[in-house]
Amino acid sequence: MEQHILQELRTIVPEERMFVDLAERYSYSYDASFGEYLPEAVVQPLNAGEVCRIVKLAGKHRIPLYPRGAATSLSGGPLPVEGGIVLDMTRFAHKLIIDRENLLAIVSPGVITADIHKKAEEVGLFYPPDPSSSHVSTIGGNISENSSGPKGLKYGTTKEYVIGLEVVTPLGDLIRTGGKTVKNVTGYDLTRLIVGSEGTLGIVTEMILRLIPKPKARMTLLATFDRLQDSGHAITKILSSGILPAAMELMDNACIRAVEQFEPCGLPVDKEALILVEVDGHPAAIEEEIRQCEAICYEQGASQVRVAKDEREREELWRARKMVSPAITQMGPTKISEDATVPRSKIPDMMERLNQIRSKYQLNLVVFGHAGDGNLHPNIITDKRNKEEMKRAEEAVGEIFAAAVELGGTLSGEHGIGTLKAPYMEMELGEAGLSMMKKIKEAWDPYNIMNPGKIFPRPGQIKVVLT
Amino acid sequence: MDKTGPQQKLFDSAHDEANRCVQCGYCLPACPTYISMGKESASPRGRINLVKLAAEGKIDIADDLAQPIDLCLGCRACEVACPVGVPYGHILESAKEAIADRQAQRQPSAAGRAAAPAGQQSAAARTPSSRKERWPDRLKRLAMTQLFPYPGRLRAAGNMLWLYQKSGLGRLLRRTKLLSGLSEPMAAFEQVLPAVEPPHKRYAWGSVFPAKGEKKARVAFFAGCMMDAMMSRTNRLTIELLTLVGCEVVVPGRQTCCGALHAHQGLKAQAQELAKANIAAFEQSGADLYINNAGGCGAMLHEYGDLLAADEAWAERARHFSEKSKDVTEILHQYGPLPFTRERHGVITYQDSCHLRNVQGVRTPPRELLKSIPGATFVEMEGCDQCCASGGIYNLLHFRESMNILDAKMNKANVTKADTIVTTNPGCLLQMRLGVERKAENREMEALHIVDVLAEACGLK
Ligand SMILES: Cc1cc2nc3c(=O)[nH]c(=O)nc-3n(C[C@H](O)[C@H](O)[C@H](O)COP(=O)(O)OP(=O)(O)OC[C@H]3O[C@@H](n4cnc5c(N)ncnc54)[C@H](O)[C@@H]3O)c2cc1C
Ligand code: SF4
Ligand code: SF4
Repeated sequence: MEQHILQELRTIVPEERMFVDLAERYSYSYDASFGEYLPEAVVQPLNAGEVCRIVKLAGKHRIPLYPRGAATSLSGGPLPVEGGIVLDMTRFAHKLIIDRENLLAIVSPGVITADIHKKAEEVGLFYPPDPSSSHVSTIGGNISENSSGPKGLKYGTTKEYVIGLEVVTPLGDLIRTGGKTVKNVTGYDLTRLIVGSEGTLGIVTEMILRLIPKPKARMTLLATFDRLQDSGHAITKILSSGILPAAMELMDNACIRAVEQFEPCGLPVDKEALILVEVDGHPAAIEEEIRQCEAICYEQGASQVRVAKDEREREELWRARKMVSPAITQMGPTKISEDATVPRSKIPDMMERLNQIRSKYQLNLVVFGHAGDGNLHPNIITDKRNKEEMKRAEEAVGEIFAAAVELGGTLSGEHGIGTLKAPYMEMELGEAGLSMMKKIKEAWDPYNIMNPGKIFPRPGQIKVVLT
Repeated sequence: MDKTGPQQKLFDSAHDEANRCVQCGYCLPACPTYISMGKESASPRGRINLVKLAAEGKIDIADDLAQPIDLCLGCRACEVACPVGVPYGHILESAKEAIADRQAQRQPSAAGRAAAPAGQQSAAARTPSSRKERWPDRLKRLAMTQLFPYPGRLRAAGNMLWLYQKSGLGRLLRRTKLLSGLSEPMAAFEQVLPAVEPPHKRYAWGSVFPAKGEKKARVAFFAGCMMDAMMSRTNRLTIELLTLVGCEVVVPGRQTCCGALHAHQGLKAQAQELAKANIAAFEQSGADLYINNAGGCGAMLHEYGDLLAADEAWAERARHFSEKSKDVTEILHQYGPLPFTRERHGVITYQDSCHLRNVQGVRTPPRELLKSIPGATFVEMEGCDQCCASGGIYNLLHFRESMNILDAKMNKANVTKADTIVTTNPGCLLQMRLGVERKAENREMEALHIVDVLAEACGLK
């Protein structure tokens, strides 16, 4: 980047919030996925005014801009793949207002999601989206990836809670979308367009989030199954019985073994699957619901069902699930973490397909996930230094996506497209579908400076390359 | 860039470990320097990545890696937060060693120096004219090579300090602002040094103190050089408390500095020599357990096993030594209850010593002991598990960065309305005393070592 542009940048953000030294720039060259891309400069804006001026400057000189939250993206979202300027949004975090009367939160993009959870719960309210990274990731990142976690089953994903946004467009204009009302049908729903757009359509500088009253109580059970198929049937039976659990998690045998080896907590390593079911709501109602879930599990062939008697036992049951991520990372230095999602009735089929892929490519593939909403997390554990195995993993990833799409599902339920899934977009959307998306991008961002190199495949790119 | 010397060594010792980091960012909210400085290079994830890049030769060890590493407190909260167990402590020490080696290469005249350019001066430090040693570096080097390995000299320094405090020289210097002219941090700490005991009250090296009542164990006391020189009263009280719960206490005569400062500054070989001297001294004592009362030293003793793992002749002995090393609170808690004779009124809060909490994993015993004091109210402070930014001598070398973190901590301490902030490490104690001086809202607030608080409640003087 030429000196005079840096000089102009310095007139917008002070020295201590702008980095050009090599070590500093390398510190913004990664996220939680793959690849290393060195930006030319990093800035830390603190308000929308600064963001507007930076975007205008970038537009004038056609410099790529890469918004970045906590860089926990698993799909390459914030990677500065074409150099340019990284906008570190983590310090833009001054506002976190809970409006109790209107059941709203008004929040700056750099606020950590868990802080919203905490502030809302202090006054008896609840912000449901709960990606497991919520104590690290920023709300700006969550909105851009439309993130969610176990609670997505009952409460939906981030997009269900965003009702208004302040956005700096790729032309450097400040616009507001939506507002403070839950109902709003004035014109196109730009809020929904921005949510999940992975920073390719603009930079979110403030958001209005909808809150709901906090459920009074919750109950949890853990059921183990000799056969994976049976656990799948238990899941569908519970969901069709009129109960909508707050969360429904599944772990396969490889996953159970991994956790038990990492930190023994008494899991049955000989079982093919276990499921965790949580219901929340009025104490009397959920008492009955959890009993019903227990009965269904036994009917479907569960070998054992444990219902937590108190909060301590509940945490114990969840421990197993929470250990999954660290446990499988211990199995090898590189984890390729997918989140292909299928209609929930297709979970048993998807599990079967994953089994076939595992044996076909001879890979260490473990599966867990939010079974209730069909969002599975097949994880390939490998070592990026082992080039040959990485090649097999690349092939397997392609087949996982193909399987999900064939079963009527999607490439990504949570983690977004970024760089890693871009090559498969056409497979799911078709040529015309992808082209409509591209037209939206071109209309919003005529100079292609906003997070370029993401979501859309490069010409001729049909599969991911990890080595 | 050459593939020899410090870079190759760094690659061999740290690249695999750094590669285990999956860059998930789970350590970010735990890191005090990331929170206060707000940039990725001041975070554990950032530092690990830079070590990896330096090992690969993509950045320079001295020009690019030194500063971010230098700004790390070494509190190791990141290790506890990391879901995949990245051994940050090892990575950090390998990096420090590489930096020290590279700087020694560049400045042959000052070989063996532990100097790394400090935060603000780093850009300047690269220009030849500023290659002259700055005072903090000089102080650090002198202390490390001339003072800490020699307990006798340190004791003498402690006695000098007593004389200085008693003679009124201190007051004079303070009034005339002689010291603050020398340096702001030195002046700040001079004000908060605890009163030193007169030389005749010091316990003697090599003595044995019998257990009171039934003897439950024979323990050897690790005096710690800072504690011994500046806070010998706390050491004396530690011995007395141990005897009260049934320990026969010996003070091995040949013990020396634990080597933590050396290891943290990249002087691994010197740390290893000190470790061997201590192992030999304590083995001779015939004690069942080795007790210390300084979280920072304790962590080093706890890691002798790792430090000497590659040394065949010593590995086994070092491992045993580490297994026997315990913090005084663990033993008082285990062999207690203490025979309290007095009530203590007011609110007590506790600031964890990072090295006690994060490296030795000791969290409950100090809290339980404080709660057991008759009459006292114990209130947990938000962020008590986060470093106070004393970090060995970090607060001297990076005064401004350290004070930013300390001031934020004191705001949380004020919320507890505590009269007493308790710590378990001399460095933390000085830092908290400075914090009280700077920011305490409660005029009565004081910072004390846990042993002093317990001893007072037991009627010891
Ligand atoms: C261990 C681990 C567990 C995870 N678990 C989950 C999970 O359970 N569910 C889930 O959905 N995800 C999960 N993730 C993925 C990740 O945490 C989410 O995608 C998260 O929302 C990213 O937030 P971030 O602040 O880290 O954003 P980043 O990773 O920094 O950025 C994400 C995207 O948002 C854009 N962006 C960031 N801020 C802004 C802004 N202000 N305006 C415009 N664009 C912006 C970036 O350009 C990028 O495209 C997990 C990740 C890890 C490492
Ligand atoms: S040791 Fe402490 S200061 Fe250093 S990176 Fe880890 S958490 Fe941060
Ligand atoms: S928590 Fe561990 S794996 Fe995650 S970024 Fe920090 S050091 Fe790396």
